[in-house]
Formats: sequence, structure tokens, C-alpha cells
Amino acid sequence: MITAISIESLAVARGDRALISGFNLTLDAGEAVALAGRNGAGKTSLLRAVAGLIRPSAGRVVFHGEDGEIAAEDAVARDAHLIGHQDGLKLSRTAWDEALFQAEWTGGTTASARAACARLGLGKLLGLQVRKLSAGQRRRLALARLAASPRSLWLLDEPMAPLDRDQRGVFGQLMAEHLAGGGLILAAAHDPLPIAARPIEVGGGENAG
Amino acid sequence: MFQALVNPERFMAFSRWAAPLLGAIALVLAAAGLFLDFQAPPDYQQGYTVHIMFIHVPAAFMSEFVYACLGVASFLSLVFRHALATAAARAAAPLGAGFTLLALITGSLWGRPTWGTWWVWDPRLTSVLVLFLFYVGYMALESAIEDEAKAARAAAILALVGLINLPIVHYSVVWWNSLHQRSSLLRTDGPDMPAVYLAPLLLMLLAYMAGFGALWLVRVRGEVWRRRAAVLAMRAAG
Amino acid sequence: MRGFSLVLRRELALSWAGGGGPVLALGFYLAMASLLPLALGADPARMVAVAPGFAWLVLALASLLSLERMFERDFEDGALDLIALGPAPLEMTALAKGLAQWAAITGPLAVLAPIVVVALGAPLSLAPIVVTCGLIGGLSFCFLGGVGASLSLGSRRGGVLIALIVLPLFTPPVIFGAGAIEAFGAALDWRAPLLLLCAYSLAATALCPFAMAAAARNALS
Repeated sequence: MITAISIESLAVARGDRALISGFNLTLDAGEAVALAGRNGAGKTSLLRAVAGLIRPSAGRVVFHGEDGEIAAEDAVARDAHLIGHQDGLKLSRTAWDEALFQAEWTGGTTASARAACARLGLGKLLGLQVRKLSAGQRRRLALARLAASPRSLWLLDEPMAPLDRDQRGVFGQLMAEHLAGGGLILAAAHDPLPIAARPIEVGGGENAG
Repeated sequence: MFQALVNPERFMAFSRWAAPLLGAIALVLAAAGLFLDFQAPPDYQQGYTVHIMFIHVPAAFMSEFVYACLGVASFLSLVFRHALATAAARAAAPLGAGFTLLALITGSLWGRPTWGTWWVWDPRLTSVLVLFLFYVGYMALESAIEDEAKAARAAAILALVGLINLPIVHYSVVWWNSLHQRSSLLRTDGPDMPAVYLAPLLLMLLAYMAGFGALWLVRVRGEVWRRRAAVLAMRAAG
Repeated sequence: MRGFSLVLRRELALSWAGGGGPVLALGFYLAMASLLPLALGADPARMVAVAPGFAWLVLALASLLSLERMFERDFEDGALDLIALGPAPLEMTALAKGLAQWAAITGPLAVLAPIVVVALGAPLSLAPIVVTCGLIGGLSFCFLGGVGASLSLGSRRGGVLIALIVLPLFTPPVIFGAGAIEAFGAALDWRAPLLLLCAYSLAATALCPFAMAAAARNALS
């Protein structure tokens, strides 16, 4: 279980362009950080680098568990959720098939998947094909795996963009519970998060962390 | 030598004089090779068409040699993520494709008077043709992916997959030929090469090697300059 | 293993869903087969000579058709991100994708192949070897194809590019399979080429997932 992460002088480049350099951040259990910055500042790249999908050009991300450091690959494979811009849903499958796969793939069960879908107000939609769902409904379907499978680190990239106000409230509750249970949230968001989060600016050169 | 070349600055300093030197050596060797070639009497079987061999055989050799270079550069580029290795792989492919095409064309030109046909599905010609397709696939993949770094890595993976496959392709094609036994004109160990032809052939081979070395260095230099220009343009754009 | 079976089940469901995969490949196979007599003239003697080799070659081509969907869909809709952060390494996912492709595309093609061969005039006795070669060689086609599909992720021209990358790699399995079928028909030793085909397919199944995973990671980065 991840109890803290520290990002140490991380640099990420896309092509020949250096997006982020000398980025430092420490995130402890029960803490949320909201990454701010203009479009193209590298918030998405930062989240993907923490998830191990992008190889940083310098620096590193250290995952701490109860018994010291955890290898980054194991940490993200077992204990991190990444919600990206896309929902990762197959249009031809039913909402339930997709929710169940996403939950089981990240370590949840049939029961937890069903409970998570009910929590996010998807109960009646589960028999429909994903192609019949609206953008907000699809996003909620993708968010369901956060509740369905317990993973400590949530990496969220504009998670609320397609959600309306009520749904943001439900999602805020979900995040608050996660933090209360010792979870960690690293989120990129243009709109303020519905929870208390430490703001960090990305792309303004080196930061103090 | 290798250690010294890994540093881009030193590579640039080295290749600055090494490329023209290799080019000059290539020209001298080729001139000497061709001179000796035309001194030699026409072959009693092949007649004057034997001269094509001096262009063809080294080209066929180079086609495989360059692919090996491409494979090594790709491996270094994948494992060590070294910019020079990436540039070297990228620079080698069109040269290799050129040698392979030259080998195919000269082989065909030689085949017309010798076998009475432009093309024979002989195992060596067939494997050279497949090798050419490998080069084409490599270059197509390299140029089809927008992100240059990703394109280079994808192409490097393909080059290694190809490197593992080439011996198998060669073996399978030889096996296939043994099954059909159609061309008895060409023996698997190639046509006899009398001793008078050996010296010019060797010279031509060395000339090709030096020429490839010169062109490769020039192309790698071009890659390095192009990347530097891209970085500068990026910086200027803020 | 749990992760592997999860992703395998999903891949199988996806490749069968909507009928797109197998039906498309089978339709292509039949259409190509029906063009052969039209192109060569329906002289039985000539057809018998080329039918087995032709059927084998077109099977290889038909297995190319749905390669574009193998990685591209998951890459574009973001599912590959999710899959990369799961319990199974990407190599396992690549293996599952190759096997699902085999079960959904080349498996049905291999079953259809003897019908095509016989319809083109070859003797019925060839059927067992054609099915065997189709099933075994199909593994090579799927995994080599998977390498092409994963490498061309993020490129501008998917389908044609995959074919261009993959077809030269098909040389050994096409030769060994055609050799086995031909030898069987001529009552020669067909075991040797069939064993070569087995060896090549096993090696492809074992090694290609590593190339596929490396290519997918590269595309995601």
C-alpha cells in the first residue's frame, strides 16, 4: 500500500521540448494536490510520468509504503488508479461489462463493481451499450472503478470535466472518503476540486515542492 | 574508438575529416578495382557480362552488412537511448536499401544474358528481395509516425525483429528452393570466381565499404545538424 | 494468471462481438477464392495445381485484415492506459491479444480453408493437412501481425503500413506451410516442413509478445 510519494527533480520532455523540469512534490497519506497550470503546461505528462507510462528525462518518482520504498512498477500496477482524458470504454459493450472489467482488472470484485455503479447513479444504465451513454455517464462509468477497487493513489486528469453539479458533489464525497481512509490524490483540474486540496503550479519552471 | 565516438562533439570533430578521407579512399579503391577488372580477360562462360559481377557481388554483400549495422545501431539506440545510435540507425537504412536495390538491378541485368531471363526465383535473389522489403518496411514505419522519438524506437524494434528473422528467411528460402529444384544454372555457392577476378573483386568490396562509411558518416552528421536545428527552433519559439 | 484470463476473455468477447472480425476475414477469403477461377480460367487441371498454394497464401492475407483493430482501438479509446496499470504485464496482454486474434480470426479461416481448397478442385484428402497448417501457421500470422499492429500505433496510415511491415516477415511460415501441403499432396515427407512450421510458430508465440509490449509502451509514452 502506498503511503506517500515523493517526486524528486522530475523533468519530462516531449520530443525536443522540455515540458517540466526540476519538479518537486511530496504527497502524504490523506492528502490531495491539485495541479494547476495553463493548457500544455505538462499536467497530463506529469500524471503519466508518475504512472510510469512516460519515462522522465531526469529525476524520479519514489513510492513509499509502510515498510519503506516500493518499486515504482509494482506500486502503480497494484495500487494506483489513472483516470485520463479518455474513459477507456468500448462502445460496443454494455456498460456493466465494461464497469466489471475495469473493476476486476484493478482488483475489485463483482459485488464492489455493482455497489460502485449504484453509488455513482449508474444502476439503470448498466444494461445499455456504452455508445448509448452521454459523455457524463461514460465518465461516471470510468470513475466507478475508483470506488470499486481499493487503490491508494488516485491520479486524476480533469476527472470532472463532463460532470454536472450534483455528480461533482457525489464525486467530491468519494474523494473525501478516500482521503479519510489514508488515500492520496494527485489531480489536474481547471475547476477547483470539491475537496480541500493543496494547489501546485505546473510549468512555471522549478518549484520548491 | 567507440567510447570516443559516443560523445556527439567528438563524433562531429572526428567525422569532419574521416568522412572525406573515407570517400577519397573509396574512389581510389574503386578506380584500382575497375582498372584491374578491365585488365582481366573476359570469362570463358560469362563473357563480358562478368564485369557486372564487380558491381553486383559487393552490393549484395553490403546489403546484408548494412542491415547488420542497422541492427547494431538499433540495439544500442533501444537499450542505451543514445542519440547518436538513433541517428546512425536512421541514416543507415536508405543506404542499405540503395545497396540492396543495386544488387537486385545488377543481378537482373546479369541474369538476362546469362540465364536468358530477367528474374529467376533463386534462393539468393529471393532473400535479397525480402531484405529489400525489410528495408522498405523499416523506412515506411520510420516516416509514418509523427513523434520522432517514438518513430525511432518503433523502427528500432522492427529492425531487431527483422534481424532475428533474416537468417530464418534465408534458411526457409533455401529450403523452399531445394523442394522445387528449378534453377540448376546457379549453384548455391555461387558462380566460380577465377583467381584473376579475386583481386579486383576484393578491391571493389573495400571500396564499397569505404564508400558506405563515408556516406554513413555524412548522413549521421546531417541527422545531428537537423536535430540541433530542431532544438534551436524550439528554443526560439519559447 | 488472473489478469491474463481477464484480458483474454475481454479480447475474445471483443473480437467476436458485432461479427466484424471473423465474418469480415471469412468473407474476404471466400471472395478471393471465387476470383481465382475467374482470373485463371476454370480449367480443372490448372486449378488443381495452384489451389492449395493459393488457398494458403490467401489465408495469410485474410489474417491481416483485422490486425488494425488489435491495438489501435485500445490505444485510441484510452483502454491501453488502463491495461498498462493492471495486474498483468503488457507482455501477458500482448500474448492474450495474439491468442484471441488466433481464436477469432485465423481459427475460423483454417476451418474454412479445406472447403476453399476442395471447391477449387483439389482432392478432399488434403483437408486435414490444410486445417493443421492453418491452425499452426495461424499462430505465426497472428503474432507477427501483432508486432506490426503494435509498431504502427500512432502512425498516419495504419492498415497498409501494417501489411508492408508484416508481409516480408510472413516469408518463412508461408514457405513451410505451403511446403507441407504440397508434400502431403505429392505423398512426400510432409512432417519435416510441418515441424518447421510448428517450430516457427512456437518461437513467434514466445518472442513476439515482447516486441509487441515494447512497441505498445513506446506508443503510450
